[in-house]
Amino acid sequence: MSTLRTQKDASTTPPVSLTSRRGWWHRTRDGAFRGAVTGSVLVGLAVLVALIVQSLVEGWPKLNWNLITSFPSSFPEKAGIQSAIFGTFWMVGIVLVVAIPIGVGAAIYMEQFADTEAWYNRFIDVIIQNLAAVPSIVYGILGLAFLARGFLNLGPVVLTAGLTLSFLVLPVVIIASREALRAVPSSILDGALALGATRWQGVSRQVLPAAIPGIATGSILAVSRAIGEAAPLLLLGALQFITFNPTGLNSSFTALPIQIFNWVSRPNVGFHVAAAAAIIVLLCITLLMNAVAIWLRNRFQQTW
Amino acid sequence: MIERPMSENRGAVVMDEPERTREGSSDAGVAPEAGADAVLQESAKLAEVTRERRRQVKKDADAETVFELKDVAVTYGGSYAVQGVSMSIRKNEITALIGPSGCGKTTVLRCLNRTNDLIQGAKVHGQVLYHDIDLYGPKVEPVEVRRRIGMVFQKPNPFPKSIYDNVAFGPRVGGFKGNMDELVERSLRRAALWDEVKRDLKASAMALSGGQQQRLCIARCIAVEPDVILMDEPCSALDPVSTLRIEELMDELVSEYTIIIVTHNMQQAARVSDRTGFFTVAEGQDEKDHRIGILVEYDLTPTVFTNPSDPRTEAYVTGRFG
Ligand SMILES: Nc1ncnc2c1ncn2[C@@H]1O[C@H](COP(=O)(O)OP(=O)(O)O)[C@@H](O)[C@H]1O
Ligand SMILES: [Mg+2]
Repeated sequence: MSTLRTQKDASTTPPVSLTSRRGWWHRTRDGAFRGAVTGSVLVGLAVLVALIVQSLVEGWPKLNWNLITSFPSSFPEKAGIQSAIFGTFWMVGIVLVVAIPIGVGAAIYMEQFADTEAWYNRFIDVIIQNLAAVPSIVYGILGLAFLARGFLNLGPVVLTAGLTLSFLVLPVVIIASREALRAVPSSILDGALALGATRWQGVSRQVLPAAIPGIATGSILAVSRAIGEAAPLLLLGALQFITFNPTGLNSSFTALPIQIFNWVSRPNVGFHVAAAAAIIVLLCITLLMNAVAIWLRNRFQQTW
Repeated sequence: MIERPMSENRGAVVMDEPERTREGSSDAGVAPEAGADAVLQESAKLAEVTRERRRQVKKDADAETVFELKDVAVTYGGSYAVQGVSMSIRKNEITALIGPSGCGKTTVLRCLNRTNDLIQGAKVHGQVLYHDIDLYGPKVEPVEVRRRIGMVFQKPNPFPKSIYDNVAFGPRVGGFKGNMDELVERSLRRAALWDEVKRDLKASAMALSGGQQQRLCIARCIAVEPDVILMDEPCSALDPVSTLRIEELMDELVSEYTIIIVTHNMQQAARVSDRTGFFTVAEGQDEKDHRIGILVEYDLTPTVFTNPSDPRTEAYVTGRFG
């Protein structure tokens, strides 16, 4: 109170000024920074738009149902991507069945049960962070050495490819799931435990369900990235000319990125058109998955 | 956990001060806020009548002891948070724990249902007897303890599910076999929430108001049919009207349960409790000049507020703390 009064009485109160006291240099620098940032966004967008437009223009003549319902052929006008789409879906199915349960399980262990101070858990933590950054071709080598050949000797079949992609997305799924679990406030688990639930009951019936939207979003994004991968599949020996859909886990297969890679490298320009059309289909699948992920997040994510 | 700095707590005490002096009695069940409407005051008066009646009855019967704390101390990672707490808590009474922030009220409360076990590095020393059983004995199962000794938290923490599922969760994990609909209704009625939510039990608990959420948490706790309800500043996130409802609720529940409530609102302790324990922090007790919480005084609430035996208690309850 007293300080307030003395301030009012004081005749030396400085006049209020709301104009900027910063010089032209600061303002220019701010402007330049903003320009640079906006520029980078625009470059990114421009590249994406150019890619889509270019593929659309080039692939337009072949962008029809026949493309999707036909199998590869030596004649570009007859060639289609049915076996590639099915191959991709088979792999996605394997990834969903293998990587998601293991990834979510690992995340639950690390977030809710592991002793975070223990050296081995910190070690695992660092390993997983690093694995998420390992180039996909390295996973291809891993799959080739341990799954396709080596001890398991599965051969270049759809199971090998699905498992290899599972390894590829596993670290990303674990990290996304851990984040989703961490976003559930600890008060939820405390509340469950205070009602006489065991830790497992509290985690499995309250924390995990609350984290599922986040886990699903992260997992879908990880899988949608994986279905565009060509490198590990090439290494595994995915065949490029398959005129049938996979019939089982040990079926030979092809996949969309493989098919595209094959067509692009052909001299016949007709196949380039087919490749462009296939790129559009692949982009559509990826965008659709991302859209589902975003919808899931907006629809179900809990604000605490 | 967010800890309020000491100065902030002092601020809260000072703010409460005019109200108490205005009424001239520390134990009066007055409306908690100046300018509260007539309804609020009316219900406050009604609540006060029931409370008086209850206290009359209480004085005759010598209640049995539920908790016996014997020289309890708690360490976090080796350093003492609270020390030398001995008190006995009686059945069907409301026991209030008051004191400045950081004096270990929550810590002591968490000893009573073994939730301190969940904190890495926390260790309980001394003895906590629950109906003459050592709570920290070798054969005691913490999950079983928590089933009998429920807890309501400072911030309402409903599960992000339907109202029904919130109440049904405890009984479900406890293996309840009876009629769940009936149990849910009964619990919501006892928590004075039924009339507000009965139309749509499938509605999300997150859509309820803060006060309703807290009553839902109480209903959820009651549904397990515990013996004791621990409440850690259950009204600190609520408006005065909701606070009053919770206080009335405690008053009704105490006929069936033993309630222990932590509060830093002294008016609340004075209004609702039968006994009050006053904690404070003793400075520089050990070699590291570490601040340790201690129990200064534990007595019948009117005694603590009108005739305390320790000068520190008197300073605190009259707002001259510090
Ligand atoms: N989980 C914890 N880990 C370490 N120290 C803690 C923890 N919880 C509380 N403490 C310490 O114990 C003391 C008492 O805290 P608390 O029981 O929360 O006080 P109150 O509830 O009275 O405000 C404080 O000094 C606080 O820093
Ligand atoms: Mg506290």
